Amino acid sequence: MELHALTIHALQKLLSSGEISSLELTRAVLDRIDAVEPRVNAYITLDRNGALAQAGAADDRRRRGEGGSLCGIPLSIKDVLCTKGLRTTAGSRILEPFIPPYDATVVEKLRAAGAVILGKVSMDEFAMGSANENCAYGVPKNPWALTHVCGGSSGGSAASVAADECIASLGSDTGGSIRQPASHCGIVGIKPTYGRVSRFGLLAYASSLDQVGPLAKDVRDAAIMLNAISGYDPRDSTSVNQPVPDYTAALATDCTGLTIGIPKEYFGAGLDPEVEQAVRKGISLLAKAGAKIVEISLPHTEYGVAAYYIIAPAEASSNLARYDGVRYGFRDHDQHELLEMYRQSRSKGFGEEVKRRIIIGTYALSSGYYDAYYKKASQVRALIAQDYARAFAQCDLLVSPVTPAPAWKIGAKVDDPLSVYLSDILTICTNLAGLPGMSVPCGISTAGLPIGLQLQADHFAEEKIFRAAYALEQRLELAGNKPKL
Amino acid sequence: MKITPEEVRHVARLARLSLSEAEVEKTTLQLDDILSYVEKLGELDTTGVLPMTHALDIRNAFRADETSASLPQREALANGPAHNGEAFTVPRVI
Repeated sequence: MELHALTIHALQKLLSSGEISSLELTRAVLDRIDAVEPRVNAYITLDRNGALAQAGAADDRRRRGEGGSLCGIPLSIKDVLCTKGLRTTAGSRILEPFIPPYDATVVEKLRAAGAVILGKVSMDEFAMGSANENCAYGVPKNPWALTHVCGGSSGGSAASVAADECIASLGSDTGGSIRQPASHCGIVGIKPTYGRVSRFGLLAYASSLDQVGPLAKDVRDAAIMLNAISGYDPRDSTSVNQPVPDYTAALATDCTGLTIGIPKEYFGAGLDPEVEQAVRKGISLLAKAGAKIVEISLPHTEYGVAAYYIIAPAEASSNLARYDGVRYGFRDHDQHELLEMYRQSRSKGFGEEVKRRIIIGTYALSSGYYDAYYKKASQVRALIAQDYARAFAQCDLLVSPVTPAPAWKIGAKVDDPLSVYLSDILTICTNLAGLPGMSVPCGISTAGLPIGLQLQADHFAEEKIFRAAYALEQRLELAGNKPKL
Repeated sequence: MKITPEEVRHVARLARLSLSEAEVEKTTLQLDDILSYVEKLGELDTTGVLPMTHALDIRNAFRADETSASLPQREALANGPAHNGEAFTVPRVI
């Protein structure tokens, strides 16, 4: 197989035996980008020279006997994470000229582990979207079907991994933004427990829900990546000071002793029959691997989308107040009155969906509506979290579909924001409760589109997710399946 | 209607956004859809339920009050759309 198509763990062997250098590997991935990027459009900013320089430095480190777990491995980074000296746009015009003066903690950690950062990949503007169609720099295409969306908001991360335009990627997940594109692109994506990974240097969307996580070609690679980025950070007061296990040690081929709950609300009306069939097959394979299967109820699941689309926009309306044309980003220099400068800079800099969510959030927090919307949604959030607490008293993991249907056609839902919001129904509650969740490939539809299976666990129980996901991956043997580009 | 064009204009002003009349019209319809859907939350009796604003039960995170390096002024200003070398500049306020 060509170098760009390999996994982190396969490449680690080739790099450490001296069979290949990081420079060769990085050139191979850049060649791959040249070959497929005009069709996929995953990157917003490609740092070709920077990547080659980092690869040379990684080779030097390795020769000196240094270098961490990702030494010389080329990665892409969602354009929502600050990269020192490398433009970071959040998919928005308002940050078109923004060059961060520092690295996000997760980026610092990747660099410390020796990773080569290829560039910044596409996303829905400020991570608001489920199809990556809300990006000021164009829509990335699903590598499995170029007429279809790749999912969002970490669409560029998922597309770049699936198209072998990087070896792995970092994304962020506020309501499904890692798991949903991973599912649509046939790769592995994990949203860690809230607080597991630092948010310092992540451009905030909804701070009580946002979490950074990896998108990777297989389960082992996702574990290697999560090992590299996890841990307490004094610069993020919501990160949790708890030891980080070695997630690769959790990978096992059997599930004996694990109880898997099947939340019946996740298999309701509107679920695509092919998705249901693929997920049910995955569940039967987990049972064959030794897991005990029980039915579980999460009765408030159907209220998740409504609660989320109050809470997330409310937090966003506050977080995005910082984009005012003063300290960074775009300013409308034609305005000579302060208030009008703010209004025009923001109105010309933000896209339609961002403005919509700022307005929803401002409305929900405004005088007279706070109790009816924000307080009510926060109470429902508590009920959703209680559902999970009851479920995890009875089982170790929850297994379900990730999305109600495979990826849709580009443009099919652009004028119907509510229908896009509803597509998040199976991933959104995880964030409201701060739990870890993974999407792992479990099938391909007859139209040739990937289908993912979701694993959710209790706070800080990522190891159980890795264990079951690995067991499933071994039995499905889908990992070698690649889109034809 | 859950929301009127006048309310959309008012909220847009609060949020420091400027919408064209066509945008106001479209946003009003879309917000009406979304707010009608959100009404669903009213089906649930939440009397006595403590609002949850944070995913984990974390209390205030204190640290020692020690000084450490901060961003140099020149780097802090570098992304400013307008500055005079010492401060960001904005249109005259008074």
